[in-house]
Amino acid sequence: MFLDVSCLLLFWMSLHHVFGFGLKAGHLLWRLCCWIVSVVSMNWFINGGILETKAGMLGDGGKMWLKCLEKVSGNSCKIHHLYYQYIGSMRIRKTWWRKLLVAWIVGWIAVSVWIFWYMSSQAFEKRKETLASMCDERARMLQDQFNVSMNHVQAMSILISTFHHGKNPSAIDQRTFARYTERTAFERPLTSGVAYAVRVLHSEREQFENQQGWTIKRMDTFEQSPVQKDDSVAEALEPSPIQEEYAPVIFAQDTVAHVVSLDMLSGTEDRENVLRARASGKGVLTAPFRLLKTNRLGVILTFAVYKTDLPSNAMPSERIQATDGYIGGIFDIESLVEKLLQQLASKQTILVNVYDITNQSHPISMYGSNVSDDGLEHVSALNFGDPFRKHEMRCRFKQKPPWPWLAITTSIGILVIVLLIGYIFHATMNRIAKVEDDCHKMEELKKRAEAADVAKSQFLATVSHEIRTPMNGVLGMLQMLMDTELDATQQDYVRTAQDSGKALVSLINEVLDQAKIESGKIELEAMQFDLRAIMDEVLALFSGKAHEKGVELAVYVSDGVPEIVIGDPGRFRQIITNLMGNSIKFTKKGHIFLTVHLVEEVMDSIDVETESSSQNTLSGLPVADGSRSWVGFKIFNPEGSSHTPSPSSSDLVNIIVSVEDTGEGIPLEAQPRVFTPFMQVDPSISRKYGGTGIGLSISKCLVGLMNGEIGFVSIPDIGSTFTFTAVFSNGCCNSNDSKPQKQRLKNQSNTMSSRFQGMTALVVDPKPVRAKVSRYQIQRLGIHVELVLDLNQGLSSISNENKAVNMVFVEQEVWDRDSSISALFIYKLQQIDPVTKLFLLGNSLSSSRTNTATSGFYTPSVITKPLKASMLSASLQRAMGGNKGNPCNGEHPSLSLRNLLAGRKILIVDDNKVNLIVAAAALKKYGADVVCADSGQKAIKLLKPPHKFDACFMDIQMPEMDGFEATRIIRDMESNGHIPILAMTADVIQATYEECQRCGMDGYVSKPFEAEQLYQEVSRFLQPTSSVNL
Amino acid sequence: MDVLNQLQRQYTDFTALLYREGFVDDNFTQVQKLQDESSPDFVVEVASLFFEDCEKLVNNMAEALEQQDVDFKQVDSHVHQLKGSSSSMGAARIKNVCIAFKTFCETQNRDGCLRCLQQVNHEHTQLKTNLQALFTLERQIVANGGSIPVMQ
Repeated sequence: MFLDVSCLLLFWMSLHHVFGFGLKAGHLLWRLCCWIVSVVSMNWFINGGILETKAGMLGDGGKMWLKCLEKVSGNSCKIHHLYYQYIGSMRIRKTWWRKLLVAWIVGWIAVSVWIFWYMSSQAFEKRKETLASMCDERARMLQDQFNVSMNHVQAMSILISTFHHGKNPSAIDQRTFARYTERTAFERPLTSGVAYAVRVLHSEREQFENQQGWTIKRMDTFEQSPVQKDDSVAEALEPSPIQEEYAPVIFAQDTVAHVVSLDMLSGTEDRENVLRARASGKGVLTAPFRLLKTNRLGVILTFAVYKTDLPSNAMPSERIQATDGYIGGIFDIESLVEKLLQQLASKQTILVNVYDITNQSHPISMYGSNVSDDGLEHVSALNFGDPFRKHEMRCRFKQKPPWPWLAITTSIGILVIVLLIGYIFHATMNRIAKVEDDCHKMEELKKRAEAADVAKSQFLATVSHEIRTPMNGVLGMLQMLMDTELDATQQDYVRTAQDSGKALVSLINEVLDQAKIESGKIELEAMQFDLRAIMDEVLALFSGKAHEKGVELAVYVSDGVPEIVIGDPGRFRQIITNLMGNSIKFTKKGHIFLTVHLVEEVMDSIDVETESSSQNTLSGLPVADGSRSWVGFKIFNPEGSSHTPSPSSSDLVNIIVSVEDTGEGIPLEAQPRVFTPFMQVDPSISRKYGGTGIGLSISKCLVGLMNGEIGFVSIPDIGSTFTFTAVFSNGCCNSNDSKPQKQRLKNQSNTMSSRFQGMTALVVDPKPVRAKVSRYQIQRLGIHVELVLDLNQGLSSISNENKAVNMVFVEQEVWDRDSSISALFIYKLQQIDPVTKLFLLGNSLSSSRTNTATSGFYTPSVITKPLKASMLSASLQRAMGGNKGNPCNGEHPSLSLRNLLAGRKILIVDDNKVNLIVAAAALKKYGADVVCADSGQKAIKLLKPPHKFDACFMDIQMPEMDGFEATRIIRDMESNGHIPILAMTADVIQATYEECQRCGMDGYVSKPFEAEQLYQEVSRFLQPTSSVNL
Repeated sequence: MDVLNQLQRQYTDFTALLYREGFVDDNFTQVQKLQDESSPDFVVEVASLFFEDCEKLVNNMAEALEQQDVDFKQVDSHVHQLKGSSSSMGAARIKNVCIAFKTFCETQNRDGCLRCLQQVNHEHTQLKTNLQALFTLERQIVANGGSIPVMQ
């Protein structure tokens, strides 16, 4: 059995192994086991209940079962809970659950032992019950049958007294008696024979003997030699000695015919019996003895026969006196009991012994083999109607009790289940511990990875910074070097070096951006800016390169886009610069077209958009249709996104910017990873064109920060169109905040446009797209623009008297087509209105120069593309006899700086005297009038309005009062007017733009000064002296 | 004329040496550039101001570091100032020492600070000697009626 169990256990374990120690599997098994336990216990309960009711036991056992069930199910429930707690908390110490496991197993072993004990005791009880009931049944039957026989014998005594003694002459003789008794033997199933002895006094002996014809014989000798043969018995017996009275048998059943003439009083047993019978008047039994003839154990029942009817309370002496004779029945107990038992079922299983226990110490066995057995025995008392004699029946089972298999299997089953559960528990805990360990390891690794990431970012930031600082030095030196007198070759070298340096700095900035984006540190500013100005700046940035390559560059901003929006101009510019940079890198011919629209405008045009013919593009070359890149944007599918464009309700401006180029396009296989950092189309690209491939990824992040999306369409050898959306706030609506800044922005555009307000221009251009760009730029100056397709139309338009056309812009392409028409046009134009200015819109300087040279008589001014409002205005001014153009256009920053700073009164605040002196000298070099202050307090004193300073450069880290605080105080003092305050810092990373802004600073410059950066910052706040004078 | 040429070569060599050895960097050149007719002694002024400042700061720091309970914050601010001025001056070596000095201050390492202080002092003295030599050369050149060669 135990072998079996262990096999089973092993099997289960291996099965469990097969399952793997997956928590889930473990959990399932656990549930299963719980279920089994509860089901098994329930079954026990039911079975037990049935058995007990059957056995007639009271509800005691049932209650116990119920308790047991409760305990089991409660236990399992509790463990279940515990298990969940375990799984839930995962915090319990190993030792704790080891103890729990041991306790669990030990506890359940105890429980299973108890169950074994209980069940086997139940079985024992049941067996005992069965035995008792069987034994009692047998005893009762025996007793009943005996009583029946006894009653009959008693009835016979009545018969004899009636017919033998009551009649004279007697109606019964030996033969009659024998026959009668023979025929009524079935009435007495336990008697083997009946005999009647008459009471004969000694005085009557002779008469009696004569009457009967035989002498009364004594019995004791007969008893001593019971082995004698039947026929010789009567003759061998001696006549009875003289006695006071005799009790010779006169009638006897045939089965006991040999006792006739024997004196019953001569046998010790019989005599005692007879005497007792006549004294009590009841049936009296002898002790069991060997019967004369059969040599079987038997008892004799004796009844006295009285002469008269005696009352039941008659005295014994009266009874003796009235005695007539005695009737005796011989009970052959042994055979009779056997016969009786054979009638009953299950005689095989039970052993019956009958004892006469009148003498307690020496019970006389009346029936049954005397097998000594210490096993189970039941004793039932027998009452044969003789109060003197006591009998009992002892019953035993023949077989030994069987093994209590049920108990064994049940308890072992429980044990197995419990061990299994324990094992599962153990495995689970091991698993949990392992998983926890793994988890800790993971966490450790994660921490390390994060630390490494932080270290990486820090490294990047630090290294970038550390490289940037000396690079600024290098660039500054190069700048200064260029200011010196150099020959052409040297100039070229220096320019190359400077370009490389700038490329390096921009690369570093990109890496820094990427690091910032990765660490989530990048935050967008929200400031007002002129989107069109940004576009112009970007255009200016790339115009040089575009010229070199002969690529046409154009920008168009839709009229719907508000002039001033709120957002992060730097980042916005960065995105566009990135896209433009890419475009210009990969475009050798054709155009790059930057357009800005409102999303709503584009959305309206989505459906009506006809396929753009190649003629309709800026350069006439086919382009990738940008609309395909943004139709997938969420903003165009409002049902799928949460932020639907709702320009009417809010003052948010959804703009869509697209950069269209006619470059070589992105190979189809490389398109999916365009926005992955450091991923270029293939390594040869970076060899050919340089760059890190980081720009687009940064752009994507930045666009995401602006709540926009970026996408592109690229067709190899045709071109790419990158499109992105961005959400800005409308800057025009809430004009109450940061007035000065807005004022500044306004002024900038005003100075440009005021001069030309109300003028009319005519643009001659057959290409609608290009014409649209031209019109946009010219309109920005406040000039009304009319578009015509060719020169003839232009002429007719000019000759219209109603309108005065102040200027005519002719596309170079049209101009060059036919010089005769051009000449005619000039001629006519001068005739109609000599004041009207004529401008050519040329792509590159070189081509226009050659053409103007050939055209001979009149050379119209050539405005080089890309068109920019500022440049346009400068050209117009020049042409119309105004002052010099905007100095910032195409001139050197160092020279411009001189323009910007000459005569300016500038305050420099720095606690470090050396820094102060150097910075002051640097600014003085550009002609500025410099005042120094070595602390924040002094600066505040100096800047207390009214003052005459044009700008202030402020160190940030100063003892007592740092730059931020000083600025804040200065800003508080300002009632009207706004002095530009620029932070000076060597640490570009920490002193972020936002921080400067928050304190009211307008920007920052790095220490030591770098001409270009200085110019960039200063130019934002100071108008060139020349134009101020204007 | 020979003397002047020699002096000029000497000056050039010496300046190159100063750059090579890392005593000064481009910022020093920038400072030199700032010197023109309007401020003929600009570099010398700046340098003397710098050394003055430097000595003061070194003394202050030495004093602060001698205290039982060193106020590293104060030392750090001194170092920061020194770093700023040395950076402006173009005193590269001192600047580099200052960078190390700052990290020691941040970790509140007194021994490291003291070591750095000593180094700063040492560099300061060396730079001072070197620059004085340079200025002497300059003066000699000017005295001989020549112009000071511009470093490329």
